[in-house]
Amino acid sequence: MAALLLLQDICKSYYLGEEEQPVLRNINLTVAAGEFLAVLGPSGSGKTTLMNIIGCLDVPTCGHYVLDGISVDTLNEKEMAKVRNRKIGFVFQNFQLLPRLTALGNVELPLVYSGLKTVERRARATAVLEQVGLGEKLRSYPNQLSGGQQQRVAIARAMVTNPAIILADEPTGALDQTTGQQIMELFGELNQAGSTIIMITHNREVAKVAGRTVRILDGELIEGGEARARRNYRYVRRQYRP
Amino acid sequence: MLGEIIGMSVANIVHNKTRSLLTILGIVIGVASIIALMLIGEGAAGNISSQLSGLGGNKLTVQISGTPIKRTLFEPDLRAIAEKPDVVAVSPATSSRAAVVYGSSRRNNVLIAGRSYSLFDSGQQTVASGRGLMPLDVEGRSRVAVLGSSLATALFGNRSPEGDEIIIAGQRFVVIGVLQEASGFAIGSLNNSVVVPYNVSERVVPNTRVSSLDVFFAEGADVTTVQADTEAALLQIFDGRDSAFAITNQQEILDIVQSITGTLTAMLAGIAAISLLVGGIGIMNMMLVSVTERTNEIGLRKALGAEPMQIMIQFLIESVILCLLGGFVGILLGGALAYLGAVLIGFPFVITAGPVLLAVGFSVTVGLVFGLAPARKASRLNPIDALRYV
Repeated sequence: MAALLLLQDICKSYYLGEEEQPVLRNINLTVAAGEFLAVLGPSGSGKTTLMNIIGCLDVPTCGHYVLDGISVDTLNEKEMAKVRNRKIGFVFQNFQLLPRLTALGNVELPLVYSGLKTVERRARATAVLEQVGLGEKLRSYPNQLSGGQQQRVAIARAMVTNPAIILADEPTGALDQTTGQQIMELFGELNQAGSTIIMITHNREVAKVAGRTVRILDGELIEGGEARARRNYRYVRRQYRP
Repeated sequence: MLGEIIGMSVANIVHNKTRSLLTILGIVIGVASIIALMLIGEGAAGNISSQLSGLGGNKLTVQISGTPIKRTLFEPDLRAIAEKPDVVAVSPATSSRAAVVYGSSRRNNVLIAGRSYSLFDSGQQTVASGRGLMPLDVEGRSRVAVLGSSLATALFGNRSPEGDEIIIAGQRFVVIGVLQEASGFAIGSLNNSVVVPYNVSERVVPNTRVSSLDVFFAEGADVTTVQADTEAALLQIFDGRDSAFAITNQQEILDIVQSITGTLTAMLAGIAAISLLVGGIGIMNMMLVSVTERTNEIGLRKALGAEPMQIMIQFLIESVILCLLGGFVGILLGGALAYLGAVLIGFPFVITAGPVLLAVGFSVTVGLVFGLAPARKASRLNPIDALRYV
């Protein structure tokens, strides 16, 4: 299968005053179309930074990132916005719905920025909300919905632009176990239907639903072999430096 | 796209009703004061102009300063001007101050207005009772006086003064009539003065001379020709010294008055514009608060694909809508104030498109200028930080 997403030697550092604080080191990752990948890691491991880079919300300090044939690291802010709009669907831990918009309005929002006409927007948003089982709740406001329902709205919003990848950051983190399970089932169904999903979590149980899991620890990807081998190589090289 | 953005802005303004209302108050006050001042100013200018043209459009005014040799004008001089083609009447004027006494009533420092019969002939002035000056009064240098309405009341109360004697600057005069009362704001009103033949006033009050001259000409006559003729006659009278007099025609006076009222109005409106500035700062403050409050929303919108420009436009539109709202209320309030002012002072109330358009333009400009900084701030927020902000 062709690689939909390609991260090559990605690193990211923040600066605390003069001091360089590396957060991500030499990340290499390939995701194929139709995959369901879980990125597992404890808090502080750099998994949110990785998600920000994959989601085109942040740019890497070094390395290359190709998403659906687009070399993202060379884009300007406006082009990045376009990529976020067309290629990526975000699902956040705390749903991030706008309280003053109805479920329908929230799902329509990405399409507003795509420049779609009202009629088409409404039709597509309605269809997607029906797909996630909220056909009855189109006119409800977020505060009239349960947590699970709100997250379904958020997932519908992520799907509505038909993005290349759906990027979920701890999507069950704010939900109870049963509801979380239902949401994970929904993600499974979406993946079965052909969506590529990357999910970031610290919960091993949740990660089990995914078809493939990588771990991130102290800014490095492990499991999958490449990263560990590289680290060992560096270790060896350091030992034998003259 | 734009429709959605406007919808979202309106929804946000409505959601924060009280705050929006308080914020636009500055704009309301600013626009209202500008509108009120401009409308009242225009009404006043219109009023003054109509009064000026009411004095007789076909008129030249000559200021006489004289020469050391010839300080004043005499009957033959006036006749020389009056004989020029198209000249209908020549009305000289002297003005001096003296005490006027009737019985035990005394008024000090009364304006003694020396005039000719042409003041009444030309219809510039009418009498309420008795008669005005006649050619015979001037030719015979009769000691007759026509009282201004207020002065007549002050001296005689409700009694009719015709035929009674009064003393002006120590000389006896017979009252022959009372002037029609001029409306409160009329320029050069004679309500508080006494009109006597100009050549009499020169003799009775020291240092009095003809200081100005109204030259009336026929309807439809060419102003420049009449002006040139009058100038030629005056040059002859003053032995070729053109510094001895200055001729102004009605249109010039009208222009001057209009430019003065225009400047005054603009100045007052300028002061009022300061309150608009203050209002604008209020808008900026509110928008900055709004941006901070909605940091999370901005981050989300950016994550969903909003370009920085789209975020900027959203906040700019919101600030412009706020200002327009303020401007609209301000126009209504200012119009009402101007109407009230016009009724109280007695000016005609005219509403013109100019000030209204200006107010709308001002509101939009204030919205754009003071919305720019907050909108820019919003558009430059980093989506990661913004999403994390709770």
